[in-house]
Amino acid sequence: MKLGIDIGSTTVKTVLFDKDNNIIFKDYKRHFSDVFQTTVEMLERLSQYVNKGEALHAALTGSAGLGVSKVCGLPFVQEVFATQIAIKEHIPDADVVIELGGEDAKIIFLTSGIEYRMNGSCAGGTGAFIDQMATLLNVSLDELNELSLNQEKIYTIASRCGVFAKSDIQPLLNQGADKKNIAASIHQAVVDQTIAGLAQGRDIMGKVVFLGGPLTFSQGLRDRFKSSLKLSDEMAVLPDNSQYFVGIGAAMYSKGEKKVNFDELLSLIKKGSKNAVTSKKLEPLFKNTDEYEEFTKRHSQNDVPRKDITLYKGDAYLGIDAGSTTTKMVLIDKDCNILFEYYGANLGNPIKIIREQLKLLYNKMGDEIKIISSGVVGYGEDLIKTAFGIDHGLVETVAHYKAAHHFNNDVNFIMDIGGQDIKCFHIKNHAIDNIFLNEACSSGCGSFIQTYAKALGYEVEEFARLGLFAETPIDLGSRCTVFMNSSIKQAQKEGASVGDIAAGLSFSVVKNALYKVVRVHSSDELGDNIVVQGGTFLNDAVLRSFEKELGKNVVRPSIAGLMGAFGVALHAKEQQNKSSGIISPEMLENFTHKSTNTVCNLCTNHCNLTINTFADGKKYIFGNRCERPYKGKEKKDIPNVYKDKLDYIKNLEIIKSDKKIGMPLGLNIYELLPFWTAFFNELGVEVVHTGVSTREIYTKGQHTIPSDTVCYPAKLMHGHIELLLDMGINDIFYPCMSYNFNEDIGDNHYNCPVVAYYPELLKANIKRLNSVNYMNEYFGLHRKKDFMNKAYEFFKDKYEVSKKQVKTAVIKAYEAHHKFRSYIREQGSKAIEFAKENDKKIIVMAGRPYHIDPEINHGIDDLISSFDLVLISEDSISHLLPGIKLNVLNQWTYQSRMYNAARYAARHKNMEFVQLVSFGCGTDAITTDEIREILESHGRLYTQIKIDEISNLGAARIRLRSLLAATRQ
Amino acid sequence: MKKNKDNDRVIFTKQMKKDYTILMPTMLPIHMRLLEKTFKLHGYKVVLLETNNQNIVDEGLKNVHNDTCYPALLVIGQLLDALHNGGYDINKTALIITQTGGGCRASNYIHLLRKALKQGGMGHIPVISLNISGLEKNPGFKLTLALTVQLIYAVIYGDLLTWLANQTRPYEINSGETDRLVVKWEDRLSEEYKKAVNLRLAKIKSNMVEITKDFATIQKRNEKKIRVGVVGEIYIKYAPLGNNNLEKFLADEGCEVVVPGLLDFLIFKADNRVDDVNIYGGSKIKKYLINKFIDFMLYLQRTMKKIIEENSSYVPVTQYRELRGLITNDYVGYGNKMGEGWLLTAEMLDLCHMGVNNIVCTQPFGCLPNHIAGKGMIRKIKENYPSSNIVAIDYDPGATKVNQENRIKLMLANAKEISSAQ
Repeated sequence: MKLGIDIGSTTVKTVLFDKDNNIIFKDYKRHFSDVFQTTVEMLERLSQYVNKGEALHAALTGSAGLGVSKVCGLPFVQEVFATQIAIKEHIPDADVVIELGGEDAKIIFLTSGIEYRMNGSCAGGTGAFIDQMATLLNVSLDELNELSLNQEKIYTIASRCGVFAKSDIQPLLNQGADKKNIAASIHQAVVDQTIAGLAQGRDIMGKVVFLGGPLTFSQGLRDRFKSSLKLSDEMAVLPDNSQYFVGIGAAMYSKGEKKVNFDELLSLIKKGSKNAVTSKKLEPLFKNTDEYEEFTKRHSQNDVPRKDITLYKGDAYLGIDAGSTTTKMVLIDKDCNILFEYYGANLGNPIKIIREQLKLLYNKMGDEIKIISSGVVGYGEDLIKTAFGIDHGLVETVAHYKAAHHFNNDVNFIMDIGGQDIKCFHIKNHAIDNIFLNEACSSGCGSFIQTYAKALGYEVEEFARLGLFAETPIDLGSRCTVFMNSSIKQAQKEGASVGDIAAGLSFSVVKNALYKVVRVHSSDELGDNIVVQGGTFLNDAVLRSFEKELGKNVVRPSIAGLMGAFGVALHAKEQQNKSSGIISPEMLENFTHKSTNTVCNLCTNHCNLTINTFADGKKYIFGNRCERPYKGKEKKDIPNVYKDKLDYIKNLEIIKSDKKIGMPLGLNIYELLPFWTAFFNELGVEVVHTGVSTREIYTKGQHTIPSDTVCYPAKLMHGHIELLLDMGINDIFYPCMSYNFNEDIGDNHYNCPVVAYYPELLKANIKRLNSVNYMNEYFGLHRKKDFMNKAYEFFKDKYEVSKKQVKTAVIKAYEAHHKFRSYIREQGSKAIEFAKENDKKIIVMAGRPYHIDPEINHGIDDLISSFDLVLISEDSISHLLPGIKLNVLNQWTYQSRMYNAARYAARHKNMEFVQLVSFGCGTDAITTDEIREILESHGRLYTQIKIDEISNLGAARIRLRSLLAATRQ
Repeated sequence: MKKNKDNDRVIFTKQMKKDYTILMPTMLPIHMRLLEKTFKLHGYKVVLLETNNQNIVDEGLKNVHNDTCYPALLVIGQLLDALHNGGYDINKTALIITQTGGGCRASNYIHLLRKALKQGGMGHIPVISLNISGLEKNPGFKLTLALTVQLIYAVIYGDLLTWLANQTRPYEINSGETDRLVVKWEDRLSEEYKKAVNLRLAKIKSNMVEITKDFATIQKRNEKKIRVGVVGEIYIKYAPLGNNNLEKFLADEGCEVVVPGLLDFLIFKADNRVDDVNIYGGSKIKKYLINKFIDFMLYLQRTMKKIIEENSSYVPVTQYRELRGLITNDYVGYGNKMGEGWLLTAEMLDLCHMGVNNIVCTQPFGCLPNHIAGKGMIRKIKENYPSSNIVAIDYDPGATKVNQENRIKLMLANAKEISSAQ
C-alpha cells in the first residue's frame, strides 16, 4: 500500500493506494491551523482500510507537511516535485500544469526543459486571496463562482497582491458595480497574477492541466484562464482527483522509501503534535485579570451622552460615514448628544443599507425632529451625496479630527484604523498637520483580522476575545498582509492556538500602522494626547496591543467606530443651514437605484465608467478621472506642466525615412526622446516610438517580466518592446546609461539601477529581440565630447555617416535636449505667474520624467486640475536653487531634481508639494524621508501619493483634499 | 555644490583614534575577524559585532525606512543594538561601515545610519566610511597603503579558508575536524596579525601553502554530494544574519556549498573605474593607477590558485579575468556596475561552467541591481545552460524561513533528479 499525505496551507488531503494501484481512500479537509489534529483524525478514519500492523509506503508533502515530517520522521517530498511525479504517470502528454492552492501558486512547464515556478514571498492571487475577496463580497465561494459565470464586463483589478486588489474592488462595490462582473474580475486578477508573476517569460501553451482546490471548484476561474491563454476545451484539462494530485504524487514517491508501520506512524504524528517547536513569541496582552479590569475601566470613561430620540424635539444633524467596508450613521441634537446611531457592514452595497437605516430613522423621528443639515464622508461620499441629497461632503481626515477634538481639545495625534484604511495625522495649532495614509501596501487593517477570523471559523468579537487572553501571542512581523499570511502559515504549522494568532495579528496591525504607515521612531513623537478610533480599535486586543507597543495610554472614545459620522455631523451643525436638502420620507419610499457600465470616449484615457441612475433621474458617474463626463469635452484652462511635457513629447518633429529606428517610450526615454529624435533626424533616420503606455501595452509584455517586484514603469517596457516588434521594426535602440546628465545639483548624477540597465534585462528576457537588431549599447551623455566619438564609432558603418555629420547630429541633439528642458522651465514659470495673477494655489508634483505617462500617473494631473489648482513638475523649478549637501547621498539626477524642487516649494507659501512614488521604487525609500524632512524643516506639509498598476484614484483624492483642507485651516 | 555647514558630519579625529572604540558590523565571519585584527594592528580599537538576535531586526525596522534594502536594516540595526545594549560608552564609541559608491542604494547606508543616529539622539557618534574611492575622509582614520594591502591579505586568507573548508566539511570522516582546523588557523593568523612583520608577501604565501596542505590531510569520504552555489547581493549572500543561515541549511540538506570569494568583488569594484574610462572616456592616468592596484590583487588570486593546484586536489578558485570572460553579448555588459553588477551574472555562469548547476541567487526584497543582473539573467542562463537549476530567493524581515526553505527544497528536489538522470 502507498499513502500520500498532502498538508497544504489550508487543507489536509490524504490518498491511499492499494497494492494494485487503485485509490481506495481519499479525503480532503480544512485544517483551520490545527495541522496535527486534523491529520491524525484523517488517518484514524483511513485506518479501517489498513490491516492491523501492516507496513506501508508513505510520504508527506505540502507547505505545512515539512514541519510534520520533521517531527515524525516520515519522508517528505517537495510539493511541486510530487505534482510532477503524478502528472508524468497520469497525463503524460501534458505540457504545463497550473496548480493553485490555499496560499501557493505554481506552474510546472513539463516539455522542452522542465521548469518549476512557485510564487515567492508574495501569496497574492491564490486561494486565500479568492477567499478574502469572497468575504469582501459577502458571498460563498460557490456563489462567487456562480456569479462570475454571468459576467458581462471585466474590471481592471490589480493582480499583484490581495491588498491592492481589495482597494480596487472596494470602490467598485461602494459605487454600485455589479457583483457578477466583480466576481469575474477577481478571477481575472488571479489569472493575471499567475501569468505575470509565475510564467516569467515562458509561454503557457499546449496541453494545460489545472490542479488544486480553487481551480477544481471554480469553473469561472478556469474559464478566465482558458480565455486568457486562448486554450481550446481539449487543451485545458481538469483531471479527476485534481485536488488530490499532490497527494497522489507523494504516494507514488513513497514507493522508493522505506516502509513504515501504520500504527507507529499514527502514534508518531500524535506524539509530534505535543512537542512541536514554536516560532517567536510575544508577551501576553494582559499579565493578569487586574490589568484587564483596569484597562476596561479606564476606557469606559470616554463616552458621549446619548439621548432618547423619542423624547427629543427640535433640530438635528445627520452624519453619514460611507466607509470602505462599513457604513456608519449618527444623528445628533443641538448639544451634540447622540440620538441615533448605526454601525454595520455595508455588504458591498452602501446605498441599500443607508436607505434602510434612513427609513428606520425617519420612523423614529416622527414629526417632532427635523434634520436641518446633513453631511457625508468616506469612499462613497459622492455617490451617497447624490443618491440621498446630503448637504455637505467632507474629507475623512477632517471629519475625524472634528470628532476627536470633541473628546480632547488638546489632541495632538489621531490614529484611525478602519476596514481597509489607516489614517493618522498630527494636529498642530488646531490644524491637521502631517497625514499618513496606508497606500496600496501594508493595509494590515481591520478587514484583514475580520477575514482571518472568518477563515478560521470565528466571529471577529470572539476572535478578539481569544486574543486578549492568549498566553503566547505569535510574532507575525510588521509587513504587509501577504507576508503575514506566510507567517501565520508557519505559526499554524507549529501548532499555535487561535488566540495566539489573534493576539499576534493585533500586534501586527498595530506595528504596521506605527512603523510602516506613520513610521514612528519613538512613541514620544506622537505626543501625549493620542486619540484612537475607527472600527478596528473597538477590538480590545488591537487597542491593548497599541498601548503596549507605544508604552503609553491612549483615549479610545466609546464611539470609536462612529467617529467619522460623528465628526461630519458636527461639521453639518457648524454650517448653520436653515434647512436640509436631504431626501424626504416620501421620496425615500420610491427610491430606486440602477447602475450601468460604459466606456468614456472623451479622451484617450478611455475610463471605464459606471453610471448610477436614481429615481428622480439624478445621475452619478464614477470611474472618471476628470470632470469631462459631466461637463463635456470642454476643458478648464488651468496650467498643467505634466500635460505640457506630454504634449511636447507627442508633438516632436520626426522626419520620415525608409531607415527606421524604434525606441520604446518609457523610463528615461521620456526625457531623452527629443535628444535622440534630433540626433537621428540629422542622420536621416526616422525614429519610431511607441507612444504613451496603455493597459493593453502592459498586458502585451507582462509574460516576459522576470522580477515581479520591479516598478510598474519598468514593467511597461516589456510591452513597448513587443509593440515595436509587432510593428515590424528591425532596428531597436534603447541604450544603457549608468549616468545621467550632470545638472550640478547633486553629489553625483547617476540613473537608478533599473533605469540604467533595464535595456539589458529586456534583451535577455524577450526572445523575439534575438531576431532583430537590438542596440542597447552604453552611452554617457554627461561627457559630450566622448559621447560624440562613441556615437560616431557606433553609427558610422550602420548609417554610412561621416564624423562631421555625427558631430552635427550630436550638437543638434544636445540643443534639442536643452530646448526641451528650457520649455519645461518656461512652462513652469508661466504657470507660477498665472497662479500669482489669478490667486491660485500651485501643486508641485514631483516624480520622474516617465511619470507624465497617463498609464503611470493614472490621470492624477487631471484630478489636480479638477480641484482648480495649478500643476507644475519638479523639473520645471529644480534649477532655481543651487544644490546643497543633504542628509543623504544625493546621487541620482532625477531624484536630485525632486530634492531641489522640494526646497524651492518649501520657500513659497502658495506652493504645496506632492511626491509621486511608484511602488517598488527602491530609491524612493531614501528620497521620501529626506523630502519630508526638507519640507517639515520649513514647517510645510509633505504629501505622498503611491502609484502602481492600480488605476483607482481614491487614496490620491483623500490626500489631496486633506492637503487642501489643512492648508485652508 | 555648496556645502551646508549644518549638515556636516561628525569627524573622527586623531584624538578619537586613541581612545574610541570603533564598532564594525559583521558580514563574513572569518574574513571580518581578520580585518578586525588588521585594524587593531594599526592602532584602531575596532570591535567586530557578532551579535545575532531579534532586536537587531527590530532596531532596523524602527530606524530605517522599511522599504530600504534588508542589509541596510540589518547593518544599522546591529550597530544601534550594540550602542543600546552592548555596554559601550557612547561618548567614546565610533562606528565604521563600508561605502562602495555607485548608483546603488547601498552607497547611502552610511547616510541612513547617520540619520538614524541623529533621530536616536546619538548624532555625536562619528561614523567612519571605509572605502577606496576617497568618498569621505577623517583625520583620525587613514587607509594607508600598508593597511590596504594588509586588509587585502586578510581577505585572501578568508577566501582561502572558506573555499577549502567548504570543499572539505561535507566529506570529513571525523565530524568537526574541518571546523577545528579553521579555528586553529584563525587563532594562529590572529596571533600573527599582532606583528606587521608577519604580514609580508612571502609569509602570506608560505601560510597559504601550509593551510592548503593542512586541509588536504583531512580524511574525506569518497562520495559525491550535490553541489549548490550561493551567489547574490554581497551582504545577503555571505551574512548568516541576512540569509537565515543558508549555508548551514544547505549543509544539513546534504549539499556541498560553493560560495565565490570576496576578492573578486573588490577587484570588480576597482575594475568598474577602468570600465568607466573605457565606456565613457576619462583620465588615462587614473586608469593606469587602478590597473596597477588590480594587478596586485590578480597576482594574489593567481598565487592562491597555483598554491591550491600544487598542494591539493581541491577545485581551484576561478580567476577574475576568467569570470570577466564569461560575460558574452547575451547578458549584461561591463558597464553594469551598480551593486554586484555583471559580476553576479558571471558568478552564476562560472558555477555552471564548474558543473555546479544548482544555484541559490540571494537578494534583499526589491534589490534594484539584482532585478537585472540576478533575476533578470536567470532565463537567459537557463536557455544557454539547460541543466542549470537556479532559484532566486528574496530576504527581508517579513519573509519566513519556511517559505524560503520550501523553495530551496524544490530546487534541491530538481537537483537530485537531474543528478540521478546523469
